[in-house]
Amino acid sequence: MSTTKPDAVDTILGINPGSPLDVLRHRRPITRDNTQSSYVALFHAEHLEDASLTERTAVAVFVVLLHGNQAAAAFYSEALEASDLNPDLVALLHEAAAAGAAQGPYGEYREPGLRSEDRPGLRWSAEPKLAEALGEKLAVALEHAHLLVFRPREASPDALDALVRAGWSTTGIVTLSQLVAFLTYQLRVIAGLELLAGNAAQETSSTFAAAVEGAQTVRINA
Amino acid sequence: MTDEVVNYAALNRPEVFTQEQLGWVPWLHAPAVEDLSDRQYEGLVDRSRASSDYFRLLARDPDILGARTRTDKDIFYNTKEGLPRAERELAAAATSRENGCVFCASVHARFASHYSGRQDDIQRLLDEGASADLGPRWNAIASAAKALAQTPPQLKAEHIRALKLEGLDALEVSDVIHGAAFFNWANRLMLSLGEPEETNRH
Repeated sequence: MSTTKPDAVDTILGINPGSPLDVLRHRRPITRDNTQSSYVALFHAEHLEDASLTERTAVAVFVVLLHGNQAAAAFYSEALEASDLNPDLVALLHEAAAAGAAQGPYGEYREPGLRSEDRPGLRWSAEPKLAEALGEKLAVALEHAHLLVFRPREASPDALDALVRAGWSTTGIVTLSQLVAFLTYQLRVIAGLELLAGNAAQETSSTFAAAVEGAQTVRINA
Repeated sequence: MTDEVVNYAALNRPEVFTQEQLGWVPWLHAPAVEDLSDRQYEGLVDRSRASSDYFRLLARDPDILGARTRTDKDIFYNTKEGLPRAERELAAAATSRENGCVFCASVHARFASHYSGRQDDIQRLLDEGASADLGPRWNAIASAAKALAQTPPQLKAEHIRALKLEGLDALEVSDVIHGAAFFNWANRLMLSLGEPEETNRH
């Protein structure tokens, strides 16, 4: 496993060395390094027997599209196109994500005392034509990813059983679960840092505006 | 059901969110302690984690487990500067409440109560949800965590402004973001690879 890949969060956010977000991220170097190591462990993995690179990057593109993050979608689509020879795959994933679009988290609780909070919503599954084009193993993985992204409270042994029947090994299911769950973290770090940078820029410009205003006031008074 | 998947017919399942200590049982087979390889122990980071079914199951893919665990530990335990531990735990508990992870919420509600001494407020968070009134500073944190737990995320500039108004600096806001973001990861693993059980029903 190489740790010299460009930092994925920096790349997706366009963070330049020495910029405020770069400085901020370096105040938590262990978090920054291990967020990157997590990405590397999943997308530049040494062992691909249980989940291929195409399966990993295809699920990532789908998950990122469900989160509506265009910059991250471009990043993972590029990785998918590099790993797979099927030129239709990115288009198929866009089709799947458009059909699976929703606003989560929702679903039915298993716990009787929480049923009053049940919120029904889309239980997406791949249309037969799409499933055929993707292949069963990948189609079922996308269905599981959709469950994890939008209605994790509805996860069940049956959902894992569907993965096993589609050809996923136990280790492969662990990797797939980590991959989807990691992306829900990475995409939120990206979304949060982007807003934080916007807030800092706004504060700087309002501080600057106040300073300019103050200077003008002084000049007028003088 | 295939042999790979474990179904528990009889289990003392929790019925609501709780600060009580819960157990967790896996729906897939974790490797036995005696079968763990050196590489798997490396993924576990702390050897003592080998006693946990959850971590042994995740050790099937040791590299991502190791990176996950080191990320987790830095976000929550590295408190030399930045947000106090209690409020990182609050972000974790609020996220778990919103995502519906009864097990994660129980663990991090207990930590938040322990480090803040505000057990009643934490109970209100569990009973009423992440929009419960916990006072202005905690409301700003819980509300940011709740917004970030949505898919697509609904965190907005106003959430960041509210945290800044409560006196959080950029590093502390980043700590809220990372604490909340991380639990979107943790919740999905705990919710989808097994389930909680009550271990000390009175």
